[in-house]
Formats: sequence, C-alpha cells, structure tokens
Amino acid sequence: MRFMIIVKASAASEAGVMPEESLIAERAAYHEQLARAGVLLDGSGLRPSADGWRIRYTGGQRSVVDGPFAETKELIAGYTLIQVRSRDEALEWARRCPPPQGPTADAEIEVRQLFELEDFAPGAAIDRMREMR
Amino acid sequence: MTPPSATHRAIDAVWRIEAARIVAGVARLVRDVGLAEELAQDALVAALEHWPVDGLPDNPGAWLMATAKHRALDRLRQQALHARKHEELGHELDARQAHVVPDFVDALDAARQDDIGDDLLRLIFTACHPVLSTEARVALTLRLLGGLSTDEIARAFLLPEPTIAQRIVRAKRTLGAARVPFEVPGADERAPRLASVLEVIYLVFNEGYAATAGDDWMRPALCDEALRLGRTLAGLMPGDAEVLGLVALLEIQASRTAARTGADGRPVLLLEQDRSRWDPLLIRRGLAALARAEALADVPGPYTLQAAIAACHARARVADQTDWAQIVALYDALARAVPSPVVELNRAVAVGMASGPAAALDLVDTLAADPALARYHWLPSVRGDLLAKLGRAEEARAEFERAAGLTRNLRERELLQRRAAALA
Repeated sequence: MRFMIIVKASAASEAGVMPEESLIAERAAYHEQLARAGVLLDGSGLRPSADGWRIRYTGGQRSVVDGPFAETKELIAGYTLIQVRSRDEALEWARRCPPPQGPTADAEIEVRQLFELEDFAPGAAIDRMREMR
Repeated sequence: MTPPSATHRAIDAVWRIEAARIVAGVARLVRDVGLAEELAQDALVAALEHWPVDGLPDNPGAWLMATAKHRALDRLRQQALHARKHEELGHELDARQAHVVPDFVDALDAARQDDIGDDLLRLIFTACHPVLSTEARVALTLRLLGGLSTDEIARAFLLPEPTIAQRIVRAKRTLGAARVPFEVPGADERAPRLASVLEVIYLVFNEGYAATAGDDWMRPALCDEALRLGRTLAGLMPGDAEVLGLVALLEIQASRTAARTGADGRPVLLLEQDRSRWDPLLIRRGLAALARAEALADVPGPYTLQAAIAACHARARVADQTDWAQIVALYDALARAVPSPVVELNRAVAVGMASGPAAALDLVDTLAADPALARYHWLPSVRGDLLAKLGRAEEARAEFERAAGLTRNLRERELLQRRAAALA
C-alpha cells in the first residue's frame, strides 16, 4: 500500500526562501533511509504558490486565479511517496520524518493513503481514469 | 482475543522496519547470524515489556539496536569468562573485552553510522551464501532481511510451517558448520556471490508473480518483498549494473500486475493486456534504473538485458507499436551472455513478431530436438501459435494440446485448452 507524506507550506516556503543547508541535509538523510529500506517511491518539493494558480468553479463558470494564496497552512510545500506493508509501518516512517521547518519551529506534515484504482468497482469512468494515467 | 493495542502495532511496525538492520549489526559482533537473530529477538521481547509501560522511545530503532548489542556483549563476555576458565582466552576475545565499556555501544553507533549499510550487505551475502540450497537461501533471506515470520513464509510458499522452520534452523546450522564468515565477499568471489543474491531476489519475485486468484495474500506480497529487497540492495550497491538491472526488471514486471489477470481471474497474455492498467510510476522507476544500469555496464548483463526487453514492451503504448527488431537484438545479446535453449525459444518468438511466423517456425523446429526443451510446455505452445498464424490449424491444435498436457499450472492449461478448442 502507498502513502503520501505531505509537508505543509510555511511563510518561508511560500516566500520562496530555500531551506537552510541543515534542513536539506536532514531531509536528504530521511529520504536515504527510506530508499535504503526499499520503501521510497517518489518525492519532491513544490515551488511556492506564487508560481501556481487555481481554477475556480462558480455557478457554472470557471475562472483562473493566480497565486500566491493567503491560507499558507492549507498549502503544501512538498511530498514523499512511500510503499509499505501496513498502515502501522507508514505511521512509523512518518514519525521519523524530520521537522520540516527546523527543530523548534511549528510545522505540520500530513499522511494520506492512496487509493489504488483497484479499490473502485469496475466501470467505464474508472477505465478512462486508467487510460489517462 | 483482544485486538492488539496501538503500542503493540507500533512495536510490530518498528520491528519489521528494523529487524534486518539489528540482526546485521549484532551479527557483526557475534559473527553468527543464528545467534544474532536470537539476540535481536531478545531485544524485541524487551521492547514488548517496556514500551507498553514507558511509551515508545524517541528513536525506537536505536533503542532496539542498543539493547540487542548490549545482550551480544554480555554473551561475548560470558564466552570470554568461560574461555578464561579453560585458560584459552585468545587475543581476539581480549581485544573485545577491552572494548566492553558502558558507552561502548553508543560510541560504536555514532562512529559507525555508515557501517550499518555494510552490515546489511554482509547479512544479505551471508543469507544468500552458495553453501546453502536455493530453498534455504530464499527462506533465510525472507526471515532475516524481510523480517517475515516462518508462518508468513510458509503461507507464501504453500508449505507447512514446520517445513520452513526446519529449513531456517538447518540453514543457520549449515552456515555455522561451514564457518561462513560474516563479510562482503572480496573481488575474486564477488561475481558468483552476487549472482546468488540476485537469483534469490528474482526467485522470490517470481514466486509471488506466479500466484493465482484465491491464493493466500502472502503469495503476491512476495513481489513487494522482492522489490523492497532489490531496491535496498540497489541503495547499498549503487555502482553495480546488474543490481540495477534486476531492480529495473522487477519494477517493470510489477507495473503489469493489475493487467495480468482478467476480471474472471484468468491470466492475460502480455500482448493482450490492457496497457492503461500498467502502473506508470513503476514503469518510470524501472526505466530510470535501466538507464543507470546501461550507463554503468560496458557489456550489459543478463538482468539488464531482460530489463531492456521488458522496457521495449513498457515503452509501447499499444502492443502493435512494440519494437520487435530491438527485442530480437536484445535476445541476441542475452543468448551470448547466457546461452540457453529457453532464451533461443523466446528469441524465436520475437523473430516471429519482427519477421513473420515462417522465419520463427524454422528457428523453433531447430530447437525442437533440444532435450532441455523436451518437457517444456512453452515450446509446443509457441509452435502452435506460429502454426495457427500460418493457417495450419490442425497441426496448431495438436501442439496446443501437447502443451496443455505438459504444463503443471492449472490456469495455463485452461488457456492452452481454450486455444486448442478454438482451432477445432
């Protein structure tokens, strides 16, 4: 089963400030641990929301809203995708994730389990989802 | 039975993550993987005693490692004492004694963080030592490196638990009796020893890949175990082309898992699979590993070549776009690297796709006399397929029936019988 460890954005990440060398090193060490355990599938940091945009759907209309977005804590700054044997293993790996904003700064990571397409009942829409992957 | 508490589930998860590292770290001290596993288990028992009361330590892996190593040192001390009674205290034990100070383990851990990987590598090479039978290597590897219980291994291989338990006990005894050193083999031995490791990982994967609908879920889980082992090994030996080649092969094969079985549970042949069900993430990982393997090797080895063949399929959006000429060329190289009639037969299939069934049939007919293929169901199956394409239905039907009679896999037999019936 696959889980995504999501690192939430911070004022610094949203300002496009690159993390300190020590934080990058910690993150690299964590990813190396995951890779050596054979559980790391993918991972990346995301550029600040200033470089992104949203499409807003209202009353049947759609409009483009350019970033940055205000609600920093709701935004994500990066993710790590792992494949493990159980939910408990995912929890244990998440516990080992280094504090994303440094040892004392408040921060949050969130872990979500991925749906496997096989979790869905067969259907035409699911087949099309597969084709688009 | 009450469901396990959150703490117990956490301990189990920590154990599965850490078991191999701990056994490996302890084995370096005691130079005996059987004893190392016992001591690591003792540490687990200690965790089960303390953690539900005291809570999980901040670094549970380090806690387990330190506890297991302390027990190892106690054991060595006892042995030294015992030896001294007999006035046989050797220099080695003297040296070990000198190191037995309270903060020894902590100092060791701090100084040797990088060596944990080396210990793990030693453990892999030891568990896959050629002095052991293939079955023993597989069982011991899953036990020591996968952290699987004997029950899980037994379920995965459809064998009674005592059989697996005994296999593991004997394997440890054999390693001890043969005085197999706990080390990564030197340059002279490295190639055959690595081949033995890669073979074990590939066997575990194929065992999982051969699972059919209705099997215990531990069977398909073997594919994940093999992938994890392969990825771990690739992390430990990033400069070895064939390790990466094997990982590439496994990633690409695993990418097809969802497409290999139809809704009715029947196997779906590669060219008939719904490629939209292939896992693009695993394909991408496989292609990346293959690119690294190819960049490292002057002459690609057999796993890299097989991965390259798998990659030809992975790159084709639809079966009709498969680059069969490239696949034939890769089979040529594979036949040079590991000459075998089975490789020749697969090459003939590729020739059939690249140049037409007549050319392939000539090749298959020259192979038909090979005694190694006499009982191999794939030969009449391929021959039947080529004959059917050439419009020789009656001969094709006879070949499919012959193939059905030779295979031991029930699903495959049904498939072959259906193909025969369709030609009647």
